[in-house]
Amino acid sequence: MNHLTEEQLILYYYGEAGEGRGMEAHLASCEDCRSAYQTLQRVLNTVDLAPLPSLAEEYGTEVWERLEPRLDRRRSASWRRWLAPRRWAAAVAFAAMLVAAFLAGRWHPAPAPPRVETAAASGSQVRERVLLVALGDHLERSQLMLIELANAEPAGGKRKGKLDISFERNAAEDLLESNRLYRLTAQKTGNLAAASVLDDLERVLLEIAHSPEHVSPAQFQELRKQIEDQGILFKVKVFGSRVRELESPSKTAAGKL
Amino acid sequence: MEESDLAAVSRVRAGDGDGFRLLVERHSRSVFRLAYRMTGNQQDAEDVVQETFLRAYRQLDRYESRASFGTWLYRIAANYALDLIRSRKRHAGAQAAAPEPGAEAWDPLLSVPSPAPGPDRVAFSNQVQRQVSEALDSLTPQERTAFVLRHFEGQSIDEISLTLGIGGNAAKHSIFRAVQKLRRALEPLVNAI
Repeated sequence: MNHLTEEQLILYYYGEAGEGRGMEAHLASCEDCRSAYQTLQRVLNTVDLAPLPSLAEEYGTEVWERLEPRLDRRRSASWRRWLAPRRWAAAVAFAAMLVAAFLAGRWHPAPAPPRVETAAASGSQVRERVLLVALGDHLERSQLMLIELANAEPAGGKRKGKLDISFERNAAEDLLESNRLYRLTAQKTGNLAAASVLDDLERVLLEIAHSPEHVSPAQFQELRKQIEDQGILFKVKVFGSRVRELESPSKTAAGKL
Repeated sequence: MEESDLAAVSRVRAGDGDGFRLLVERHSRSVFRLAYRMTGNQQDAEDVVQETFLRAYRQLDRYESRASFGTWLYRIAANYALDLIRSRKRHAGAQAAAPEPGAEAWDPLLSVPSPAPGPDRVAFSNQVQRQVSEALDSLTPQERTAFVLRHFEGQSIDEISLTLGIGGNAAKHSIFRAVQKLRRALEPLVNAI
């Protein structure tokens, strides 16, 4: 007589043995297997004795109260819409318009009597401020995308073990367009610090944009390492903070990136 | 009528964060239960609960309604808890998941049905609790996770393999090894009862 293996008994215990009826019949007739199964049952019943700490009735509320300050409710609820592809055509066109207007104002100031120069100077400040706001938004979107990528989880189903970075990949492709425009502006206006950060960001965006939609854990680690080695998240965060400071009208004229 | 998880998720996606509060309050106990079974201590379990909901919030756009929200949440919790216990084991050795003195640990008296247990009964109950705890601690992180999901959470082997992102055979063998280790550790005890 072939006795049941321990694996078969375990599967039978959990109701996952394919040949359940056959096993039931065997256990009824085989004392050795029946004894082994009873021991298994007693062991697993003993494990059941491990109690859980009792939780207060308002435990869920307590969890929420600790959690809520850590959530960026405004951003997290809307940032994906912010990054939604359909907005990108408009965003890139707007960025291009801003850059063109900014560059035109910088390089082709209209010669005029003092009162016109004053108007041109204040117009230049307004253009600069608008560009800073757009740049600040671009950096914030980039930062959010990088954070999201860093927190990516493995996929299930057919692509078990692989990470789905299709959303971040598409976002990186779209961010690349704007980034090139801003980098160009920074280079042409001699702002080396800004150009350097945007250049580093562009390298990372390129890597992400050229990655496949589903990456293996090893590929993902390699991507993450590149991001970490560049220190790009820190650079974007610091640069973005500086840009936001300069968005304020009192600071635009005096401040530099 | 009570709002469904799907409706609450839609609300959050539309910008209403209170929808997420509903989900937290509804699922936090079950997530804690899973986390506690896996980590073996309350502090780590609370950490897992917080981090699970934080990740769920950030990744809400990845949630596809093919699986229930609870199942999706469990995957996040199980994987984070698995990473945590692996990390603890790497840094602190085999006793990493043991409850710290002074921290809330399993109360042996919770398992004693008699309102006035004698000292022998209490002592024996303590012994059982301790041995069960030690036996669970002897499992590898993957074995413990697979066992907890199968034994306490009632997930099938297929579901466990999806949750952990491992093959069906790997999930099955993790459970086998876990049960075999538990049997070897606890058989003398159960035979003495």
